[in-house]
Amino acid sequence: MSSKADWPLWEVFVRAKRGVSHVHAGTVHAPDAELALQNARDLFTRRSEGVSLWVVKSNDITASDPDDSEALFEPAADKTFRHPTDFELPDEVANM
Amino acid sequence: MQPLLTYTLRQGDRALVLAQRLLEAITHAPEIEEDMALSNLALDLIGQSRALYTYAGELEGPVEGAPRDEDHYAYWREQHEFLNPLLVEQPNGDFAQIIVRQFLHDAYALPFWQAMTSSSDATLAALAAKSVKETAYHLRHARSWVVRLGDGTDESHARAQAAVEQLWRFTGELFEHDAVEDELTAAGIAADQAALQAAWRSTVTDALAEATLEVPEGGVMQSGGRVGRHSESFSRLIGELQVLARAHPGATW
Repeated sequence: MSSKADWPLWEVFVRAKRGVSHVHAGTVHAPDAELALQNARDLFTRRSEGVSLWVVKSNDITASDPDDSEALFEPAADKTFRHPTDFELPDEVANM
Repeated sequence: MQPLLTYTLRQGDRALVLAQRLLEAITHAPEIEEDMALSNLALDLIGQSRALYTYAGELEGPVEGAPRDEDHYAYWREQHEFLNPLLVEQPNGDFAQIIVRQFLHDAYALPFWQAMTSSSDATLAALAAKSVKETAYHLRHARSWVVRLGDGTDESHARAQAAVEQLWRFTGELFEHDAVEDELTAAGIAADQAALQAAWRSTVTDALAEATLEVPEGGVMQSGGRVGRHSESFSRLIGELQVLARAHPGATW
């Protein structure tokens, strides 16, 4: 029987309904991608939360370093002209 | 007992007893994710058994003025009144045995429910339409694991092969038919057992080949569960299933 160390961690993304994006929901352990999908189905869609699932090995995600966050993200703070606040959103656009 | 009632109880008991075995396995799966998977299978099976028992209660009608509900069939019948096939009551053993038992069962249950969607009995056909989706997933999950265990490490292969050989003798009973099935099949109500066996054989042969597992040939088949003759460990299973309801009759929570 596999020990826990043998089962990699997978990041799970759930799409709640057609037309919206997949959103990170959490993680599961699974021996491979097919079973990761099945485990994600059982864990994250048991209350009809989704219509589509993605799983990706956690190790395959390249993440930004928290120590870099000042350099990466703070320079955007004073550039309000990048926000589309002067545009009015049509009512028909439900998900934005 | 009228044939349709016997047929309905055989199917309800099959689902309930397998669910009870799966629930015994919770916290013993290799990972908590698999505990969740097994309990999901069990919940689907309990749901199927509840619907079948409710229908059985309608078929049987009130006994001594008391209508029979699903709890009556689950909690207040004696061992010999349970009509599940022996396969589903076999003890859990290791994870390979749990998975192989599930797979051998699901390879039967999926074509069973598929056939029942066109049953001339409207209640069973409606129940089949719901159950066929659940069971398709059960089979997929169990089959995935059979392939991984069989085509996995030397140890997982050996355990999976041992489980196949141990449980094989209980598979023949799934396709037995007596006057109950024969009458209902002729009436377009029951699934044709021979057709189910052909479908089962194809699913099992295909999966075991992919899993690099040998299909046992020949051997004596054991049966009796369908007529209420159960194996020794069944009394403990039923005892655990019924103890709370019998200690506190009518309890709700």
